[in-house]
Amino acid sequence: MTESAVATKAAPNRLLALWSSVIGKKVVMALTGAILVGFVIAHMVGNIKIFNGPVEINAYSRFLREVGYPELGYGQLLWIVRIVLLISVVLHITAATQLTIMNRKARPIGYESKKDVETTWAALTMRWGGVLLAVFIVFHLFHFTAGMVGFQPGQFEHLMVYQNVVAGFQVVPIALFYILAMCALCLHLDHGIWSGLQTLGWVTTDNTKSLRTISRLIAIVIFAGFISVPISVLAGWVR
Amino acid sequence: MNLTLKVWRQQDAKAAGKFVSYQVQGVTPDMSFLEMLDLLNEDLQTRGEAPVVFEHDCREGICGSCGFLINGVAHGGHRGTTVCQLSMRFFKDGDSLTLEPWRAKAFPVLRDLAVDRSAFDRIIQAGGFISAPTGGAPDANAILVPKNDAERAFDAAACIGCGACVAACPNAAAMLFTSAKITHLNSLPQGQPQRDQRTLDMVAAMSDEDFGSCTNHGECEAVCPKEIPIEFIGRMNRDLIHATLHRRGD
Repeated sequence: MTESAVATKAAPNRLLALWSSVIGKKVVMALTGAILVGFVIAHMVGNIKIFNGPVEINAYSRFLREVGYPELGYGQLLWIVRIVLLISVVLHITAATQLTIMNRKARPIGYESKKDVETTWAALTMRWGGVLLAVFIVFHLFHFTAGMVGFQPGQFEHLMVYQNVVAGFQVVPIALFYILAMCALCLHLDHGIWSGLQTLGWVTTDNTKSLRTISRLIAIVIFAGFISVPISVLAGWVR
Repeated sequence: MNLTLKVWRQQDAKAAGKFVSYQVQGVTPDMSFLEMLDLLNEDLQTRGEAPVVFEHDCREGICGSCGFLINGVAHGGHRGTTVCQLSMRFFKDGDSLTLEPWRAKAFPVLRDLAVDRSAFDRIIQAGGFISAPTGGAPDANAILVPKNDAERAFDAAACIGCGACVAACPNAAAMLFTSAKITHLNSLPQGQPQRDQRTLDMVAAMSDEDFGSCTNHGECEAVCPKEIPIEFIGRMNRDLIHATLHRRGD
């Protein structure tokens, strides 16, 4: 009996036992990834309401805070969602970091001649693309959520989503950084969605091609939806 | 035909190795890759030099002894083919080939192109078996096996444990190997009594070795001489989740 097999059995909590195994960490990455993909789709759908004009999207931002009343108070559901997302992001990054450290240690002497035959650029950029996304998310929260960076004093106004987005994206470097981050998101999801399904054991030799295609389509639709906003602002279509 | 080989030479596990170039002359298209190396070794021995060490046994592609990278691809890049079954007719006069051993912390180089793969044996020892009483051979049809299960078990059992999956994996993970061995026994009725324990123990043994973990690049599947699909890794994951969350009190 190996040492960690004993440790796995001795773990009092079954979820803890799962987390302590290599495969369990991958499962956590897949499940938290699924939560984050769901959020990103909802976020994108909310964003493109900007094309319906200021009244509608600003009303939508109030709706997000008022939904659930009277069971939940103003903004409470939003905070519940934020906490779930924060926990998901922390678990996703923690598992990724632990697995990456382990994977680096597994090949201390590298190859001189090794060629990749099957992998994709999306798969190879998962780690650094993920780091870029983490940096972007922090900036994005300070930018559009808090209005603490990227705005002239007094320019950012809470709940005035339309006006904030237009003013925010009129700063060209910020709009370009946003588009760059969305490229990273697109690549991350192209590999990530399919990869999560594979980790959970839903991919078979029969459906792998179609699941890869669906994964890519979802990534592209999310990408197109997100970048349509800064491009429209930069082009002057939304002002 | 004449070839230029750039071969990894390393005296023993502790020595520092380096690439050494050799010319091989008089290679014919009907030779296998290993026969071409035999030719090189005869020449080296005639000149009083140490032959290039590589593992081999059956030379029929079924024992799993042979394997190294040829120009950066495990087993040389012909789907479903071990180096011993790789024909020299795929190469042409003047080709320049780089031969490099499997690289993984769990597979230390023993000498030249031979690596120590006993980490695989320890994974098998942890649960790659069924505990059945010995005695007379049971009736052939005493235990019925559904056709699909039998086919899947057979596909998984085709794994020869050569280690190409670990060598090709960007993370040096042994998940294709371990999943093939788990899928083989977990698919059959005879494997059911120990299914959960086997999965837990073999995954734990895999983690105890210095292997990495899967990031779903699919490099392993592409170089596997037995074409084991990465679908089995998903099956192993499902079995592990089930075994961890649903096992009865102990």
